[in-house]
Amino acid sequence: MNIYAVKVIYKYEMLRALHTLAQSFASPVISTALYFVVFGSAIGSRIEQIDGVSYGTFIVPGLMMLALLTQSIANASFGIFFPKFTGTIYELMSAPVSFIEILLGYVGAAATKSFIIGLVILATAGLFVPLDIAHPVWMLGFLILTCISFSLFGFIIGLWANNFEKLQLIPMLVITPLVFLGGSFYSVNMLPPVWQTITMFNPVVYLISGFRWSFFEVADVSVWLSLTIVLGFLGACLITVWWMFKSGYRLKQ
Amino acid sequence: MQPIVSISNLSKTYTSGFHALKDVSLDISPGEILALLGPNGAGKTTLISIICGIVNASMGSVTVGGYDIIKDYRAARGLIGLVPQELTLGAFDTVWNTLCFSRGLFGKKPNPDFLEQLLKELSLWDKKDSMLMELSGGMKRRVLIGKALSHEPSILFLDEPTAGVDVELRKDMWALVRRLRESGVTIILTTHYIEEAEEIADRVGVINKGELLLVEDKFALMHKLGKRQLIIQLEEAVDIIPTTLSTWALELSAAGDQLTYTYDPRHVNTGVAGLLRSINDAGLLLKDVETSQSSLEEIFISLVNAKP
Repeated sequence: MNIYAVKVIYKYEMLRALHTLAQSFASPVISTALYFVVFGSAIGSRIEQIDGVSYGTFIVPGLMMLALLTQSIANASFGIFFPKFTGTIYELMSAPVSFIEILLGYVGAAATKSFIIGLVILATAGLFVPLDIAHPVWMLGFLILTCISFSLFGFIIGLWANNFEKLQLIPMLVITPLVFLGGSFYSVNMLPPVWQTITMFNPVVYLISGFRWSFFEVADVSVWLSLTIVLGFLGACLITVWWMFKSGYRLKQ
Repeated sequence: MQPIVSISNLSKTYTSGFHALKDVSLDISPGEILALLGPNGAGKTTLISIICGIVNASMGSVTVGGYDIIKDYRAARGLIGLVPQELTLGAFDTVWNTLCFSRGLFGKKPNPDFLEQLLKELSLWDKKDSMLMELSGGMKRRVLIGKALSHEPSILFLDEPTAGVDVELRKDMWALVRRLRESGVTIILTTHYIEEAEEIADRVGVINKGELLLVEDKFALMHKLGKRQLIIQLEEAVDIIPTTLSTWALELSAAGDQLTYTYDPRHVNTGVAGLLRSINDAGLLLKDVETSQSSLEEIFISLVNAKP
């Protein structure tokens, strides 16, 4: 294991976040705080409790997931896309590093940043609404798994994208709608039956449901099913990245 | 002596169908400076990129320090430092940080003393805290060399190291290359500046259209393929070459005051003495005589043009 390589990549990526502190940390926290003001206070005060949880509190896991998914993807995709864009990727490709070490460095840093953002958002939410976490270990588990798996997904997007438009394409056109339609702001049970069925094809539903269960013991699907889906997604991402490095897809000619 | 880089039957065809390399075989000895000469698109960068792991070969194999570049990529790549052709550097990093990054990437533990010495050698020590985007083109080129040397490689690949740099920096680079060779580093450089190969290389490889046309000791190549010319200045201009000199392959200058005789210096009898006697017998008065040797550039052009 080339541990020095992992360290320098990780440190480089973390320093990049520190250089753009406002963009990396302040921006998602402010956005989430605004969601709490609008949905939690202004609109939420007019909505009844959902499954025995006040609306402002109910949306906390969904909002955290919204921020985690978008930040994980953005951090990891940009981290590997930028060296490709500037041409400095040559150094990574010619170095004695395996794809596992590259992943540990880039995805590890992206997941760490997302994890910190998640905790900061949780702390911010605590300022707006009362929060009790029923299963803190599960909550942390889902938080870490989500950060890692979506950072991996972002890494895949960064490897695949060969221009800035493609870098934004999937996060904007796929991920954001899936999160909004995945029960971030509502329970799936509130939808008409047809839409409930359609929603079950949205993988983000399982993610948010599991995460919400760890907070309130309230879920749209079984927590084990949620965990299986997240682990399956993580495995699929790992296999895809392995194949990309093995074949040199979008990396080597 | 075991070659430090051994290339066997290497071929590369890009997905576009372009044959960048055609069955290239080459052995490079430890401690030598090999210059790969060739026009744009000849395959020089593709060859280097395959050895360094940036491009996949279509056929053939390469070993570096005895290690296969695919099976033993860690050991092979650890021996190599690469200076790319383009000034590919991040903008928002400092000189010091980017060198630390490169050293770590190649699995070497931090060594601030070594990096300090390296930056001083490259005249970059006073710029160690400068952002990369603030540096001039010449400084960026030196930073790239510093990054390539930061992990103390045994082999240094320089892809067009002096492309677009001024004469002073070019000479600094040549001096650096010589110092590196003295420290035991094997250097492979690509260039289309013949002067560069002539100045610093031990051996010269000529590559064109993906084929390695030849690899020769620089002086042996010049000796083997280089023609020598005897240039004879006449005291008085003549209209035509006298018929008594018709057996010699002479060229008369437009002004009629200079005769040029091209000969092969490897022949036992070059004919120079006989020619001078014949000129004297023809009644022509000599003003001056000089000889000139073909440069690598002329050899290169003749080689490249010889292949269809």
